[in-house]
Parts: sequence; structure tokens; C-alpha cells
Amino acid sequence: MADVDKKMLTQFLLRMGDNTLILGHRVSEWCGHAPVLEEDIALANTALDLIGQTQFWLGYAAEIMGDSKTADDVAFLRDVWDFRNLLLLELPNGDFGQTLMRQFLFDAYQSILLPRLMKSSDQHIAEIAEKSSKEVAYHVERSAETVVGLGDGTEESHARMQAALDRLWPYVGEMFSSDEVDAAMAAAGIAPDPATLREEYDALIGKVLAEATLSIPDSDFTHKGGRNGATHTEHLGHLLTQMQWLQRAYPGVTW
Amino acid sequence: MSKEWPLWEIFIRGQHGLSHRHVGSLHAPNAEMAIKNARDVYTRRNEGVSIWVVEANNISASSPSEKGPLYEPSESKIYRHPTFFDIPDEVGHM
Amino acid sequence: MYAQMIKSEASTDDPEQLKEFQAKIDDNIKVEPRDWMPEGYRKTLIRQIGQHAHSEIVGQLPEGNWITRAPTLERKMILLAKVQDEAGHGLYLYAAAETLGVSRDNLTEQLLSGKMKYSSIFNYPTLNWADIGAVGWLVDGAAIMNQVPLQRTSYGPYSRAMIRICKEESFHQRQGYDIMMKMAQGTEAQKKMAQDALNRLWYPSLMMFGPSDAESVHSTQNMAWKIKMNTNDELRQKFVDQTVPQAQYLGLTIPDENLTWNEEKGGYDYSDPDWSEFFDVLKGNGPCNVDRLEARNKAWDDGAWVRDGLMAHAEKKRAAKTAAE
Repeated sequence: MADVDKKMLTQFLLRMGDNTLILGHRVSEWCGHAPVLEEDIALANTALDLIGQTQFWLGYAAEIMGDSKTADDVAFLRDVWDFRNLLLLELPNGDFGQTLMRQFLFDAYQSILLPRLMKSSDQHIAEIAEKSSKEVAYHVERSAETVVGLGDGTEESHARMQAALDRLWPYVGEMFSSDEVDAAMAAAGIAPDPATLREEYDALIGKVLAEATLSIPDSDFTHKGGRNGATHTEHLGHLLTQMQWLQRAYPGVTW
Repeated sequence: MSKEWPLWEIFIRGQHGLSHRHVGSLHAPNAEMAIKNARDVYTRRNEGVSIWVVEANNISASSPSEKGPLYEPSESKIYRHPTFFDIPDEVGHM
Repeated sequence: MYAQMIKSEASTDDPEQLKEFQAKIDDNIKVEPRDWMPEGYRKTLIRQIGQHAHSEIVGQLPEGNWITRAPTLERKMILLAKVQDEAGHGLYLYAAAETLGVSRDNLTEQLLSGKMKYSSIFNYPTLNWADIGAVGWLVDGAAIMNQVPLQRTSYGPYSRAMIRICKEESFHQRQGYDIMMKMAQGTEAQKKMAQDALNRLWYPSLMMFGPSDAESVHSTQNMAWKIKMNTNDELRQKFVDQTVPQAQYLGLTIPDENLTWNEEKGGYDYSDPDWSEFFDVLKGNGPCNVDRLEARNKAWDDGAWVRDGLMAHAEKKRAAKTAAE
């Protein structure tokens, strides 16, 4: 494995793990409240997969951070400014349409990124990517199908999906932003520069959104601050308040 | 009242070499979603499984005949298995 | 259980056919959907299976209440998997009920309007993390007590659904007890939570088995038809006898001063729950009845556009396919 700054590698792993953690948490909020039983079960599956992947990514991050830290320590004891997830994923669920649109936009990204990571020069990362890739392939198939079904459904479902796309589009660009962490990962052959994934991504989502009869907003603007932790949204704090409550209220306890 | 999603009967081949067996039913708007739902509901995502879905009203049956009983072994998340948890013997059967 | 307060439905069926039907049941031959069955049998099953299904769905809510606050990644996954299972169990049961000529949507509307009930236990709140342990330990424990014999119920689809459910249920109780063990062997605060959970959920768990046999009318027909497999008191006694040593192992105190071993009967003597509370809860006055139904109604109403949208899309595709052929 190429020599790489441990701090940089940790940042990369936190980005991967915080994405799956925060999104898994958001999706899990639907349990018991979905529009139909079959979707309730499907969303729970998605959340389970994401949290499972979180254990891998944050587990590896914890290993590198040392100090006998565990994935749980990393997930439950960091404050907002240490989180490295995309802004897209910490937004509140909104309606089912917004949830599935968000899921699709992220699944599409993962479906392109993970196969690249399977060839990572970091063996551990390659293994995690391999384990996650089947789940991701299934997720993108499912979320794409739902986006198409709702986009090209009734007038109301179409309107809601368009509203969801309009709402979330300004957050898509952050997935492809690139900084010194990404440069270091690319230089070491560990992970691709996210910017290089944009073309393939646009082709993939373009196809699905067209089939869904949805229009992609005509804007290049992108919100930033999630994956580098500089400016999260107000929503993340509230999310962590729920997620971390027990560990914070009763520190050091075994559950 | 809105139109209800049609009912589908689900048949699963649990392992190579076995035939498909009826596991139950579920609702879905069409066959593609019925298959995905079946995967999520009846196999908890086991790999290498074959799923058939048939819209319930496309099944013709002889009179009184029934599909056989069966169930899939559950899946890959090990905590779903009772043996994952260590319950002390003194506690009795659980 | 989920069949709390199920009355047998009367039927006016041909006595010869009824005799043959009963003989079949006595011989443990399963009744299948297209077989002749007394109207009362059909109606009783629809109500019992339907309410069992509703209980699974509503049952997602008290535990779902803690998914976002689960204290570790593993506990989060375990709880999610369990609650997902409940949804799956509801689905299997709705599927079984549908074989009797009722639609899932129809059953859902009856739940949402209050016409059909669900198990009283789910009208109680989950207030600390130990409640999640106690629900698995006591509530699933009680459910298993009822569900294992139901695997032998006379109606084929119901029996098969119960077999599938029982296979998945054992993990539920064990994960609950595992939580209780960690809590009971943990810090002072955790022990307090565990005892608090037991204090609040003990009697409601006993209520799950329904009123005492003396108060329970209409069971005889259901027992003859093997829709009901054991009496309420039988199951309740079994549950108490099984659970007391489990509580002792945890070092927790069951909130019943009259709990004593009765050598003669080979089981524990215990205090009855407050039956007036039970009937109050069934009437709608439990701590969470309003919240539970509100949540289910909201999910249903908010989800209408989703169900309609996906259905509309499926129909468009089918029409396009037909046109192309």
C-alpha cells in the first residue's frame, strides 16, 4: 500500500462512514410510517445495509485513530464539526418522494464510486467496497425504479418528485467536489478524485430522470461544507441530539 | 377509495437443485416490484435465490388443492439468529 | 393475545356439513382456502388473523420509538431488524387473512377507523432504553407462548404464517433479554431503568393473554375449531412460571407482593392485573391509543399519493405493453 498521511486517510474513511451513518439514520426514521408495508420493509433493509456499511468504514477509521477507539466511539461521541457527511444526507426526510429522490441521487453516486474502490491500493478499503457493492447495486436498482414509478405516475406524484429534485439538486454537486484529501487519496491509488466521476454520474441519473419525466434544474450552484465539516446544516445538530443522547447522558456505559 | 395494489403469490427456489416453493403473498403494483418486494420480505436478500411472482388472479386451481407449507431459512445478519445471543442456562429455555 | 376478546361468530350452516367439517378438524386435517367452511369459522378467523396482523403493525411503533436513539450501531441494527420483522409478520398475516376473501386495504380501513382492534400492550409507552429489552423479553415472550401452539391451528394459511413467524420470533425474545442482562448488570442508573421497565410492563404483559377464563365467554367454539389452542389462564400461568426465574436471574423484582411458589399446583400464585385498566385500554383510554392510531392514519393518508402514483405507473406500462403487442 502506498504511503499516505494517516490523517488524510481518516478523513476519507469518515466521509464514507458518516455518509452511510447519517443516511441510514434518516432512512430508519421511516420504520413504522411508510406508505405501504412492502416499502416499510424495503426501507428498513436499506437502513440496515447502510448501518452495516457504517460499521466497516468507521471501524477502519477508529483503527487508524488508535487509542482503542471503536466505530461506536466515532459515531456517538463526535460533535457536528467533526462529521464529514454530505449535506444532502443530513436534510430532513421530507415526504416519501424527497426521501426516495435523495436515496436515488446518493445510490447512483455509490454505484459508480464503489466499483472504483474495489480496485483500491488499500486492501482493507477494497474489501469493504467489495462487501458493500452488491447491496449498493440493489439499492440503486430499487430507488431508481421508485423514482421512475413516482415521476411518471399521477400528476400529484410527478409534481412531488419534481419538487423533490428541485429541492435536492443544489446538494448534488458536493459529491464531486475535490480537496487535498481527495488529491492525496488519488495520488496513493486509494480512491478516485470525485470530480472524475461526474460525467458517468450525469449519464446515469440523466437516463433515469428522463424516464421519470423529470427535468433536471438548470443550475450549477452547489452547497458545500458537509464533507469537510466547515458548515453543516442546522439539521445535523438535532439529528445527533437524538442519535447520541444515551451515550452522552450515560457516558462510558455498556449497552 | 383508491385502487388497491394487486396481490401476487410468491415462489422461491432456496438453493440450486431445489424447485420453487410457494412462500406466501404480497402486494405490488407490477411484477418487477413484486420481485423486489419478495426479495426484501421473503428472503431478506439471500444471494443466488430464484424468485417467481404470479399475479394471484392468474392462478388456476383445482378444487380443494393447496400450495405446500414452506419457509425460507433466514438470512445473513447473524444477530437475527437466536444462537447469536448468549442466554445463560440458568435462565431456562428461550 | 392478539385474539383478546374474539367472540365466535355464529353461523347457520347445514348440520351435516358442519359435522364433516368438525371431524376434519378433529383429525388434524388442515382447512384450506377453497374448502367449504362455516361462515362463523371464516368470520372469526378474519377477525382473529386480522387483529393479529394489526398488532404486528402497530407493534412497530413502541419499539420504533427508540430506533433513532439506540445507543450503539449494533443495537440500532438489531432493533431495526426486529421492527422490520414485525412488519413482515403483519404482511404474512394479512396475506393469510386475504385468503378468506377480505382485502388488506379493507382490513386496514377497519383498523384505522377503530372498528378492529390490536393487542392492548401496544398502547403502553416505551420510556427508557430498558423498555426495549423488556418488550423483547416480556411482550415477545408472551407472544411466543401463544404463537407456538397456534402453529397447529386448523386453518392452513394461518398455520403456515405462524410457523414462519415462530422461526423468526426466538431472536426477538433473546435480543430483549440480552438487553435486560446488560442493564441489570450495569450501572446503578441502568439497573434503575431495568426495574422501572419491568414495573410498568409486567401487568400489561399479563393482560396480553386476555381476561380470566371465568370471564371469557365464547371460547368453546373457537377451541373446538382449533382457532384458539389454549385457554387464557393456561397460557398466562405458563408465562408467569417461565418468566419468574428469568427475572430472578436478572436480580430484578416482579412488582407483585403475592407472587409465591405453590408446591401443590407446581406453579406460581400471582396477582391478577387490574382488569378495569384492561377494559379501559381496549376502549381507547390507554396511554398511547390516540398516538398509535394517529400515527397509522397519518402514514396511510400521507402515503396515498405514493400508492396511487406507483399503481398509475404500473398501469401505464401495462397499457403500453399491450399496445405494442
